[in-house]
Amino acid sequence: MENIQQQFVTMFGTEWGAMLFSLASNMIFIFAIVIPLLLGVAYLTFAERKIIAYMQIRVGPNRVTFFGIPWLRGWGQPIADAVKAMMKEIIVPTGANKFLFILAPVLTIMPALAAWAVIPFSPELVLADINAGLLYILAMTSMGIYGIIIAGWASNSKYAFIGAMRSAAQVVSYELAMGFALVCVLMMSRSLNLGDIVNGQQGNSLLNWYLIPLFPMFLVYLISGVAETNRAPFDVAEGESEIVAGFHVDYSGMAFTVFFLAEYSNMILVATLTSIMFLGGWLPPVDMEPFTWIPGFIWLLLKIAFILFFFLWFRATFPRYRYDQIMRLGWKIFIPITLIWIVLLGSIMQLPESIRDTFPLNIWF
Amino acid sequence: MNFQDILFYIFSSILIVSALGVITVRNPVYSALLLVLAFVTCAGLWLLLEAEFLAIALVLVYVGAVMVLFLFVVMMLDINLDRLREGFWKWFPFGAVIALIMVAEISMVLMGKYFGLEEIPTPRPQDADYSNTRELGRLIYTEYVYAFELAAVLLLVAMVTAIALTLRQREDKRSPDPSRQVKVRKEDRIRMITMPSEKKD
Repeated sequence: MENIQQQFVTMFGTEWGAMLFSLASNMIFIFAIVIPLLLGVAYLTFAERKIIAYMQIRVGPNRVTFFGIPWLRGWGQPIADAVKAMMKEIIVPTGANKFLFILAPVLTIMPALAAWAVIPFSPELVLADINAGLLYILAMTSMGIYGIIIAGWASNSKYAFIGAMRSAAQVVSYELAMGFALVCVLMMSRSLNLGDIVNGQQGNSLLNWYLIPLFPMFLVYLISGVAETNRAPFDVAEGESEIVAGFHVDYSGMAFTVFFLAEYSNMILVATLTSIMFLGGWLPPVDMEPFTWIPGFIWLLLKIAFILFFFLWFRATFPRYRYDQIMRLGWKIFIPITLIWIVLLGSIMQLPESIRDTFPLNIWF
Repeated sequence: MNFQDILFYIFSSILIVSALGVITVRNPVYSALLLVLAFVTCAGLWLLLEAEFLAIALVLVYVGAVMVLFLFVVMMLDINLDRLREGFWKWFPFGAVIALIMVAEISMVLMGKYFGLEEIPTPRPQDADYSNTRELGRLIYTEYVYAFELAAVLLLVAMVTAIALTLRQREDKRSPDPSRQVKVRKEDRIRMITMPSEKKD
């Protein structure tokens, strides 16, 4: 690393060498995050189809394989799907606004990938270790809605437009509950840095994770996360039975696939954030011998997979919410719960030490 | 010229072009989207000034929430551009006065040497572990707590007013009440009866 930096400095001079070196090394890190992420998205679609199939007593995709190996049957399906999507034609409807129609998928995938910059994968493995990490994530996820609105409007179709409007209202309402739930997390950790939030949960066992003192916030965050990513049972934005496919009804080929990639990478992002903020990130469940042998990165992956399984399970279990029910859940139930919890948490934090020590089960500090 | 200066010029040129676009583009949806672009590049400029909390808050509040609702309304309305343009000359003097005031303010900043701007020293760059957010929070809740609470109450009043103005109870509305729905017991709705089975002939 040092040697390469030296070479850059000798090639481009002292002022530009360091800049170009950091640019190049950051590009490499970005690819090291994005390429596994996109592979993860591909295999998440496979996992979704398989898991839902088994829940519905079907088999799911079981044909496409690599090099004819029989026990890998089905595992080639995401690759085949990707190749199929790339071969297809991107049709732009005659009445559509061409520029915005093509811009919309780009605007959807950009924040979905940009938010990954501040995610810590292990104590030292993080691309941008910034102080305002949590705020940055909130800002990025709130920008994802533009792609959907623009797609709905640029398609110049009523179904797409209704889907986009539904999605916009839904995302704006659930963002509030999500933000308030995260306010509780940052009150506990006293930091906006995601690495510090995980370190704040360090202790002997999983009893120190924020899951226990903030359990209602965990539920609110997880359910709002499902609503934010427009997943079932909150997928009225693309409700097949009413508005065909919602905002992406006019998209085909790779343009459609980009929306798909953004939705699934947002799902993985919400699962990752839930594991970082409530399930202790890279920390093992019990700080003892056999558990500490496994590296922290693997623990994080296991927690992400656990939360992602919930997403798929919800989809196979619950019927779709009606639109007024979605709004009622967001505004009349989640926001009051989170506001009460913030006040409660603040008053507990302000209690003097002597009273706090007399609590029977001190899960708070 | 170093890397930061290049970033500054890129951001500011995008900002100026998009801000000009907001007022010149004919399509209101385009002009709302250009305003979003202006906000985002402005946040980039604030990041260069080490105001990361303000930059992210700008993206979070204005780009993430306010402009989404703006776009929402602009897309739903069927705006007649000719009607909008009718009032141009009527409002022109008012707009010109505001523009003059803004020009005067900007010239005060740009022609700083006539107004003794060099008395104010350039702020020192902060260390990497300096938390902008923590400092801002400390100031808001200690030194400026009354101003902050006053602003919060003002926003609350505005919110309550907006709700009060639009809230109306419709008599002919037929929608289910979820709290009553979940309160239903089995005994209220179904009656269990036992019937002897009929004999087969």
